Parts: sequence; structure tokens; C-alpha cells
Amino acid sequence: MGRIAMTIEHHVSDDLLIAYGAGTLDEAMSLLVATHLALCPACRAALELAEIVGGVLIDSAPPGAALDEALLEAAVSRPDREDNREDTRQDIPPAATGPFVLPRPLRDRAGGDIAGLAWRSVGGGIRQVPLVADGPGATARLLLIPAGKSVPAHGHRGFEATLVLAGSFYDRGSWHRRGDVGIADPFVVHQPAAGPEEDCICLAVTDARLKFQAPIPRLLQPFHGI
Amino acid sequence: MESASKVIRFTRARRAAFGQPAGPVDDMSTRLLAVAEQRDREAFAALFHHFGPRIRAWLLHGGGDAGKADDVLQEVFAAVWRKAHLYDSRRAPAAAWIFAIARNCRIDAFRHERRPEFDPEDPSFQPDPAPEGEQALAARQRSDAVRAALAGLSEEQQEVLRLSFYEGESYTAIAIRLGIPLGTVKSRARLAFRHLRAEIGPQWGALQ
Repeated sequence: MGRIAMTIEHHVSDDLLIAYGAGTLDEAMSLLVATHLALCPACRAALELAEIVGGVLIDSAPPGAALDEALLEAAVSRPDREDNREDTRQDIPPAATGPFVLPRPLRDRAGGDIAGLAWRSVGGGIRQVPLVADGPGATARLLLIPAGKSVPAHGHRGFEATLVLAGSFYDRGSWHRRGDVGIADPFVVHQPAAGPEEDCICLAVTDARLKFQAPIPRLLQPFHGI
Repeated sequence: MESASKVIRFTRARRAAFGQPAGPVDDMSTRLLAVAEQRDREAFAALFHHFGPRIRAWLLHGGGDAGKADDVLQEVFAAVWRKAHLYDSRRAPAAAWIFAIARNCRIDAFRHERRPEFDPEDPSFQPDPAPEGEQALAARQRSDAVRAALAGLSEEQQEVLRLSFYEGESYTAIAIRLGIPLGTVKSRARLAFRHLRAEIGPQWGALQ
């Protein structure tokens, strides 16, 4: 953890970076992209490119009507709404110096690092913390998969992205470690497994409910809520 | 305006910079630096008059009414004034930096969400590696190169970028609007970006 050198092999795709840069990505997927960006200098460079595209498009658009001068004065003297909100973010529990398993965008959303969260069992030793759950759109949750365990085989009605934060998981021929993102498209059926060295903690974002293959064991019923 | 007396004039060096269109920093970025370093109100007014109407038009595209657009616009320029000291002219032209602020204010105001963002001060943040041999293009050159490369994209790719950045539409909304599959919209976006990277050079991160 912390500032040790890492080699990220599985990045967020360019379409996600563009949508994040344009500000059109939903909140759950933005959380995943922002967290990957905290861990990946290469993708931050790509985000800069996306923002330059945004700047060029704004700059070359027709200017529209001139502005009321009063807006200029109002902008300079406007009270600092955002900084007041920054203060509320400082309320997050102790250990403010880390090292943290959860990078900043996730700690803010979860309300602290992994040890302080309300993990709930979803069966099979797997535990979760829902982060973005409401509404018909994408959902985001932290998942803890015990070392060496597998997630039940499942398909997808939509798109699933998984960002590793601790430990590792193996899926369809490759290992994913801290900072790596695994993508499963609607037609993928898979059964990711945590590496044997330590529990795997990851951020999972889905834009539709998962579809399990076999009749769901009673034990795993709550997992179906995913 | 009572502020007129507070205006700090440009230094001679800055005036000289304005006279060099091919320099590493464009006029608007030079003005943003003047705001950052000298709280220069004249430079701030120039930024406001250049970007303000464009950002207002962009906000109105996003579906807001005029009152709301003016409110968000004020918020954008309040943030530009307050956060100018965070601007790094080596990394981004002023237009890109101001676009990013405007984008965040729009998300805040129209979606009532706080945009998740990384924090370089976070102990978990993975810092940039020390720059290697080849120096990245200066911000101005990056911007010019991106402008030229955008013109070289196919109409379809330009359309996806314009709808994303300018109209603020999600890929799902774009797919519905154009009557094409979601996967096609995403692949057009990826192809557009691949083309931009190829045109601009490898310093944008060698991935995918």
C-alpha cells in the first residue's frame, strides 16, 4: 500500500476515461474511474488529454451573447461554498495519515477505510459494503472475497467493472492486482477467484443486476441482490 | 467599479509574453497565471469575457434555464478566481483547466452529486514517475496538436466527442439519439481517442 511502486496491467478503457473527462459518467462508474486514476499515472495523463479536448471544444464554440458585467463582480465576491463542504470531509475517522487500502475518492464515499466499515455477509464467506445503491442506474459496492475463494459463476445483463484494492483475483486467464480493472461485458459468464495470499478487496460496479447460472443456494440468496 | 483601483498592472515580462504567439503558453493561460500570481483583475476580466459567454452557451446546451446557467457561471468564475494558484501551465492550457472546473460545477448543480475525484495529497495516491528523457509538449503545443488532430477524425468520431463534451450526453443517450447500438458509440469514442494519441505522441500514456 501507500507509495510503493506498482505495475498496473489492466486499465480503465478510453471510453470510460472520455466519459469521466466529459462529466457524463454516472456516479458509480465515476467512483471506479476516480479510484483507478488515484493509482494510475498513465491514465491521469490520458485524462489530461480528454480535458484538453473539452477545452478546445469550448474554446472553438460560438461565444453566444455577451455577459452582464455584474456577473463578473458577483463571481469575485461570491462566498466559498465549496470550501465549507471540504470541511465536512475532514470529519472522517482517525488514522488520517494512512496507509489506506481505500484511496481518497472511496474513503470519502464509504466514510473511512476498510476496518471501520459495516461489512455485511452475502454468503460463501463473501462480504460487501454497498456504496452507490439507489435508483435504476449503476451500483457500486466494496466486496471482500476470502483468500482462495471463488465468487459463484454469474453472467451479466449489463456491464461489470471490478477494481482491485487489496489481494488479487484471477479471472478468465489473468491475474488482477491492486489498481487493476477487470471488465465483463454483457455476454461474459465468469467465476472470478481470489488469490491465495490474502483476502481480496475490490470495488465492483455493475450497470444491471447480475444473472446467476445455477439455482441460487439459499446461503447465497442475499448475493442475488447484487 | 470599485475594483478598478485594485487592478495590478501586468509586469513588463508578461506584456512581452503576450507579444509571442508561438510561446509555450497561450494568451489565456498567461492571463490565468497573472490571476494566480498577482490577483490581476484585468486578466481575470479578460478570461471572463472570453470564456464566460462560451461556458454560458455550453450550460444552456446542458438543459438549464438562463437563471440557473448564470448561477452556475458565477460559481465557475468564483472557483477560477479562488483556485487560480492551483493552475499548472505546464500541464494544461487555461481552456482545459477552466473546462474541468465548469464540468464539476455543472455536475454539482444539475445532478446534485459530488463528482468523485482523486486527491494528490492522499497518502494512497500513486505519484507520477520522474519524467524521463523526452520532455512533454508544452501546454500550448498540446492544445494546438489536439485541435489539429480533432479535425482529422471521422465525422462519426467527432460527433461522439462533441455530444459527450459539448452536449454533456451519456453514451446511452447518444446511442438513443443516433439510433445506433451502445457498443458502437463506445467504440467510436475509443477509436477517436486512439487517433488523438497516435497524432499527439506517446507521452499520453502507453496503454491499450
